[in-house]
Amino acid sequence: MSELSRLDLNILDAVAQLHETPKGAYNIRKNAAGISRRSTENIIIQPKQNKPGIDIIIRENTKNESVHIPVIITETGVNDLVYNDFYIGDNSDVLIVAGCGIHNSGGEKSEHDGIHIFHIGKNARVKYVEKHYAEGQGTGEKVLNPTTEIYMDKNSYCEMEMVQIKGVDSTIRETSAHLKAGAALIILERLMTHGKQSARSNMVINLDEEDSSAQIISRSVAKDFSEQVFYPKAVGNSRCKAHVQCDSIIMDQAKIRSIPEISANHRDAEIIHEAAIGRINNDQLLKLQTLGLSENESEQIIISCFLK
Amino acid sequence: MLELKSVSYEVFDEGKNIDIVNNIDLEVPDGEFLVITGPNGGGKSTLVKLIMGLIKPTSGTILFNGQNITNLSVTDRAHLGIGYAFQHPARFKGLTVHKLLSIAHGGDLPEDECCAYLTRVGLCSKDYLHREIDSSLSGGEIKRIEIATLMARELKLAIYDEPEAGIDLWSFSMLVEGFKDIRKGKKETVIIISHQERIMRIADRIAVVSAGRLSDDGPVNEIFPKLIDKLGNACDFRQKPEEQ
Repeated sequence: MSELSRLDLNILDAVAQLHETPKGAYNIRKNAAGISRRSTENIIIQPKQNKPGIDIIIRENTKNESVHIPVIITETGVNDLVYNDFYIGDNSDVLIVAGCGIHNSGGEKSEHDGIHIFHIGKNARVKYVEKHYAEGQGTGEKVLNPTTEIYMDKNSYCEMEMVQIKGVDSTIRETSAHLKAGAALIILERLMTHGKQSARSNMVINLDEEDSSAQIISRSVAKDFSEQVFYPKAVGNSRCKAHVQCDSIIMDQAKIRSIPEISANHRDAEIIHEAAIGRINNDQLLKLQTLGLSENESEQIIISCFLK
Repeated sequence: MLELKSVSYEVFDEGKNIDIVNNIDLEVPDGEFLVITGPNGGGKSTLVKLIMGLIKPTSGTILFNGQNITNLSVTDRAHLGIGYAFQHPARFKGLTVHKLLSIAHGGDLPEDECCAYLTRVGLCSKDYLHREIDSSLSGGEIKRIEIATLMARELKLAIYDEPEAGIDLWSFSMLVEGFKDIRKGKKETVIIISHQERIMRIADRIAVVSAGRLSDDGPVNEIFPKLIDKLGNACDFRQKPEEQ
């Protein structure tokens, strides 16, 4: 990765924990163009012909392999729209690490909108990790609007960890999923907003066939004047189980709306939701202070553990 | 040495001042194992909260090893070597037992040392290390972890507010053994609020707090028989046969 600067590497570390060229297949996109790519025997990455983006094709029975597809934006005024389609073969077991980091030190808006579509084959297992992070002292906005569509075939398993670490001025996340028989989906969403940032996360999980299951766990911290809206929806169209949990810590002058919706179109659908918004508990702060931490240190530990 | 000089704590409620702690003088020498007991609502918990700095006295002075700590913060008192096990410990989403014990220890604590502390409070399983201290833990489990956070520290004064509450009999026996070890070691001063005979019996001294005052104070073999006697006559049904 000799063409990458120290700044690029810092961003790659923040969004994908990459310190060197990843093992296995990868595609690195910088300022709206692919700059480095490798396919392997079982994982083919190819650019799309008619629009920006890549197809990631994972062969059947591919086990214990990984794909890294980080995106970095280091220029101001970049508007990057990209379509990435994942075709994950039957019986495979893979790790996919995505993520986008923006360094915008200029005065114009930089935006990355990643549209990811997952086709997960029968009995396949996928772990997907996506981290979003932005930095830079400029006045230009840093915007990330990811769209994620997931189609899960019979008895497949997918765990998605979607994290917005800090620095993103505005985000609208759209996530949808359709689950066939026996498919299991776990979504862990972690979000922190500060300053005047705003974040909205809409999710619709359709449990279409019998014995499908979904667990959505959303944890967020809103600081300063930031605003967050969560709208996760689980729809049971068959015998299925789903659990939606939204948990937020609110601080300073922030505002949070949490609207979990559960909907059943079948009498054997079991769907539960829980939602809570509250400030940091005083008993927690006092306990950590009795262990020698200052109030500020205690607050930081509570937040970082909550979002871990 | 811990010294409380004329310490009071008043609250203003329904138009009048109420004394929760009323003019208490108390000295606790280094290495002493003191049990504070007395009726519920008598001011025991308030008294130990004043020592840790969780609340500030409305009048009086608190000295620790000669230093006036009356106006020090909780954090500063922790740095002086004072520790406190809460009666109702806080729960934390995402914070693991290992992380909490490491914070208590003041740096990363090796897993085997963590396990040793957990074993001392009756949690034998290594599984607990990576458990989160959230609502998935039972009341008894969280109390035992709370006690372990004090054991993981180098303390000069350890305060336990009703450590036995919510703990099953098996674990209680282990806890009593743990306190016996601490007493034998005599390294730290211990103040325990307790109603348990087995804990009182290992004390050097018992202080009885009721209605905000120190109503009795002395060596265990002097105070303990008086407490039993009082309890024996607490109600008509329990009076001795010859008196009926």
